[in-house]
Amino acid sequence: MKNSSPGSPGFWRVEVRTRSDRQDAEAAQLQQEIRHRWERDVEVGRVRGFSLVFPHRSSAQSKNRTAVEAAISRVLVDPVLEHAVVLAADEPVPPVPSGSQRIDVTRKPGVMDPVAESVCQAFEAVGEPVSSVRTYSAYLLSGDFSPQDLEDVGVRCLANPVIEEVRVQPKQAIEPVAALPSPKFARQEVDLLESSDEELQRISRDGLLALNLEEMQTIQSHFRELGRAPTDVELETLAQTWSEHCKHKTLTATVELEDRRYDNLLKDTIFASTQELAKPYCLSVFRDNAGAVTFDDEYAVTFKVETHNHPSALEPYGGAGTGIGGVIRDTMGTGLGAKPILSTDVFCVGPLDLTEEQLPPGTLPPKRILRGVIAGVRDYGNRMGIPTTNGAVFVHADYRANPLVFCGNVGLIPRDKLSKRAQAGDRVFVLGGRTGRDGIHGATFSSEGLDSSSESVAGGAVQIGNPIEEKRLLDACLEARDRGLFTAITDCGAGGLSSAVGEMGEECGAKVELNRVLLKYAGLSPGEIWISEAQERMVMAVPPEHAETLKALCKTHEVEATDLGEFTGDHRLVLTYDGETVADMSMEFVHDGVPRPTRKARRPAVCTEPVQVPANADLQSALPALLQHPDVTSKEEIVRQYDHEVLAGSVVKPMVGPGGYGPSDGCVVAPRLGHSGGVVVACGMSPTLGVLDPYQMALHSIDEAVRNVVSVGGRFDRITLLDNFAWPSVKDEESLGAVVAAAEACRDAALAWETPFISGKDSLNNELRTDQELIRIPPTLLISAMTRIDDVTRAVTMDLKAPGNELICVGPTQPDWGGSRLAEHFQLGPARAPSVDLVRARAIHEAVAQAIAEGLVRSCHDLSEGGLLLAAAEMALAGGVGASLNLTEFEKDRDLATVLYAESPTRYLLEVESSKRPGLERILASLPFATVGVTTDQDSLNATRGDHALTWNLQDLTSSYRTGLGT
Amino acid sequence: MATPRALILRAAGTNCDQETAHAFEMGGARADVLPLQPFLERPSLLADYQILAIPGGFSYGDDIAAGRVFGLRLAHRAGEQILDLVQRGGAVLGICNGFQVLVQMGLLPGLAEPLGQVEVTLTDNDRPIYQDRWVNLEVTTDRCVFLKKGERFSIPMAHAEGKLVPRDDATLHSLQDGQFIAVRYVGPNGEAQPAYPHNPNGSVDAIAGLTDRTGRVLGLMPHPERFLFPFQHPTWTRDGLTDTPEGRQIFHNAVQALR
Repeated sequence: MKNSSPGSPGFWRVEVRTRSDRQDAEAAQLQQEIRHRWERDVEVGRVRGFSLVFPHRSSAQSKNRTAVEAAISRVLVDPVLEHAVVLAADEPVPPVPSGSQRIDVTRKPGVMDPVAESVCQAFEAVGEPVSSVRTYSAYLLSGDFSPQDLEDVGVRCLANPVIEEVRVQPKQAIEPVAALPSPKFARQEVDLLESSDEELQRISRDGLLALNLEEMQTIQSHFRELGRAPTDVELETLAQTWSEHCKHKTLTATVELEDRRYDNLLKDTIFASTQELAKPYCLSVFRDNAGAVTFDDEYAVTFKVETHNHPSALEPYGGAGTGIGGVIRDTMGTGLGAKPILSTDVFCVGPLDLTEEQLPPGTLPPKRILRGVIAGVRDYGNRMGIPTTNGAVFVHADYRANPLVFCGNVGLIPRDKLSKRAQAGDRVFVLGGRTGRDGIHGATFSSEGLDSSSESVAGGAVQIGNPIEEKRLLDACLEARDRGLFTAITDCGAGGLSSAVGEMGEECGAKVELNRVLLKYAGLSPGEIWISEAQERMVMAVPPEHAETLKALCKTHEVEATDLGEFTGDHRLVLTYDGETVADMSMEFVHDGVPRPTRKARRPAVCTEPVQVPANADLQSALPALLQHPDVTSKEEIVRQYDHEVLAGSVVKPMVGPGGYGPSDGCVVAPRLGHSGGVVVACGMSPTLGVLDPYQMALHSIDEAVRNVVSVGGRFDRITLLDNFAWPSVKDEESLGAVVAAAEACRDAALAWETPFISGKDSLNNELRTDQELIRIPPTLLISAMTRIDDVTRAVTMDLKAPGNELICVGPTQPDWGGSRLAEHFQLGPARAPSVDLVRARAIHEAVAQAIAEGLVRSCHDLSEGGLLLAAAEMALAGGVGASLNLTEFEKDRDLATVLYAESPTRYLLEVESSKRPGLERILASLPFATVGVTTDQDSLNATRGDHALTWNLQDLTSSYRTGLGT
Repeated sequence: MATPRALILRAAGTNCDQETAHAFEMGGARADVLPLQPFLERPSLLADYQILAIPGGFSYGDDIAAGRVFGLRLAHRAGEQILDLVQRGGAVLGICNGFQVLVQMGLLPGLAEPLGQVEVTLTDNDRPIYQDRWVNLEVTTDRCVFLKKGERFSIPMAHAEGKLVPRDDATLHSLQDGQFIAVRYVGPNGEAQPAYPHNPNGSVDAIAGLTDRTGRVLGLMPHPERFLFPFQHPTWTRDGLTDTPEGRQIFHNAVQALR
């Protein structure tokens, strides 16, 4: 924002309104929200306001009005839809009509306002430059509102109180912003050399450092040896670098589980399996910001999935937007920078009908969270121009206090750009957005659990995203990469500059002058500058001879680039502010000084309850009911809000079939224009098994992700996996034991199937303790799978293609109901989980992949929620083709409910033309498979088994499925 | 014959530039992508080109109004050069946000004067939410170099602000009578004036795209550059791979006309 003193002679205000005969979408939305939340009908009018200073157009002189009005009507007003009121400095705001109330919303002074920048550019274009712009919105509400109601509407519907202020029935116009004074900062020491344990803990708590006692003691003894107290900035740096979020202290801890000992849990399980497999196509794993694997002779693909749970719980829109923005920057910071080609998103929320009263204090209603995170991903992803092509939504009561938001991104990078290393003598550059107070303590905050005070305490931890800034930054980084202007790059994520510079300088050392960092507004202390999590920034190591070229390049992309200091070669981290040293530590202590804890774990209880579906259960009405289950029902309302076709690589879209009703198992994207090689991406998750059997839960998640990529035509022998652990807590031995069980499952599956893990992330504190209860999420493991398809025109989709084809079910059916949707539907209670047979599963996945690659399969869908019947129903309604299932001879030992609805893993339903059957039989020869029906030209789905005959109308099933989540 | 050259302009937030460039190259042109800033410093560059394209995206974050900032900067700094390009027989294409830019510049439809007058607007969809879906279009003008009258084709749309609203009834009649309406949304079997979702945004008279009085300027909301390859079609796995991806044709037509 440009600043100017209030009362400038060129001060003008403009209030733009939609013409009364035109619709105003935003006003209509507010009207709807007020109706929804307060159950009252109101008329809403909206004003877009601008406070402007035209330095050459004093509003005291009337002759200036014509010129100002002409420029304003060209820049700010749509002549078809809008009209504007232009006010000189001394003219009052037009009075609010009687019976109406006015609420003004504006950004707090100092908060970056991207619209203001655009307004400046536009006025400059028409030859009437402005020197100061402040934008605001005003809302006119008809009806009788108390000031408290209005404040509520403002805070709950209109403003984000972290960055915006609300003025109810304002007496005063929004004034231009005055420049803030720039305070002086002196070096500050934290005297903890003689502190007791209690004092150390208090220092950590009061400073929101999230360092435990052992870590504080380690810091104390380190600085005792140095004979001086740490500075506040040094303490902050250690807190950031040692945070659970950055160091993954739990997953890399030494864990003792009864008779077993893992020196480093992650390294001994998941990472060990990747090393043992040593696949040549794994080019960079568990090392960089994302894992990288071979795509073709010239290119590699990178993949990373992140969580952004706690910010999204407090501010869903901003939290999810910066979640997707952050994982895109992981792609941009992998190797020398990959180009993002697709995004994924998975949301876990509480039941959508819960209201505020039914939730713990400080918790937002699940529907509001879901709506917010969808909009956040939509606006960030669409604006960046990166297709969001795959995702899922899970609803479970135990996510009501801790929703989960996973965002993934795949990138494409030339294989010779994968390695990087900052060299001593390189300059430390930061590119992109300016630094503000955004997201301070995000890394340490996400390492703690939520409690009901988090909403206020962690207000500053919510970040604010600007996707256009990131798009410019992306364009600049890719060009700089191709011109070879830097030797290393990483993103500013959690921990901000402290993590980015610390990481890049780990092997050589770095010296940074914090006062050089460009700020959004004055008043940040050196410590705040260092740890701010302001978005849209990348750090580069730039050889001095390229510094000027880089600056010029950035200018053409309208990106700011600042030289902050140098990578030194002395293995120290030195920070100065206005010439004074505010931190000076060895890189070794910063990175390796954190004490590694030893944790005890206990094998988790596993549910072994055999449960049966009652013989008289209504299996007819269960199908439409399950089609409306939130985990199953159509996600079209979400998918269509996402631009899933930008970059022109979309081959298998998220919704398939002639009407676009069918849920695709995975996505296929051809990332190189004019090339037929494709990337296949899908996910798998089984949170309902989390508390029943964490080992099987993990296997099911992996199995599902693999089924999904295989189902659309992905190669089995090139599958790579990503793990995202989201756990309620790991403080108790059994929860940690559940982590160990899931990690062992990951290792076992990876080794058995030769499907290496290439990247992972964890979020291990997702519980909320209130006065009455402890709400813990189910142990959740998101598995993302990526593979290659050599020729995208060999891909298949799940919609039934034509009558007269055979339907073949591959894979064995088990009589276990644990975690299944039918068990939930009939409230059968906890039950034993079906199990994955790793050896047979591999043969099945391989066979189906081969059958598809050989062109033997017309359509393919994996059996997941709702089992065989639901898969058949989805395929039929997606294709608008009927299906008749004859199950009399199928799995004869099982009861009808099991045959129809069991959720046994490792099963596929294939549509095959009769002429292709011999070829298919050859491939499936040694495996359990059976013809279970035929496709028909009837508008129905039938299932018969002996005397039992069930039939459903396809239109009815379609409407059930298309119910959607009602966001 | 000389290979026509296409200049693809990209501002902060433009995001369909690569596929638009690729589309022109497939059509037989040579395409360069240039950021807006250096172009505005030297708009005379345009003299080397026969085609100017403004791709889709969210230029300047859609701040103030979609396409406004890009349009104003272009009109005031390079308006003359763009008019000159059209006058000497060149072509201008605006897709999605690019269409919004051409409208904000006043280049489209250009009923009264060629630049500056905003005669129509592209505003919030009737269902005011971003939508990505395939739509059916029919060409309803016979003078646009990118199109052949009567042809019908399917390509995807992806926008939140694509509802075309003329300034008034007289403007609408001028657009209709003067063949300024280049493409309209139609139903799956060519039905005129379809309802949602076939007219995805509620555009007046089902208008999906406009041309100017010369027929050398085309702006449209849907994305022809997203249907260059047969496997981009949403139902290719059931209907087979077409030999003629319909989006590609638009670029080919323009390049042919300029050879």
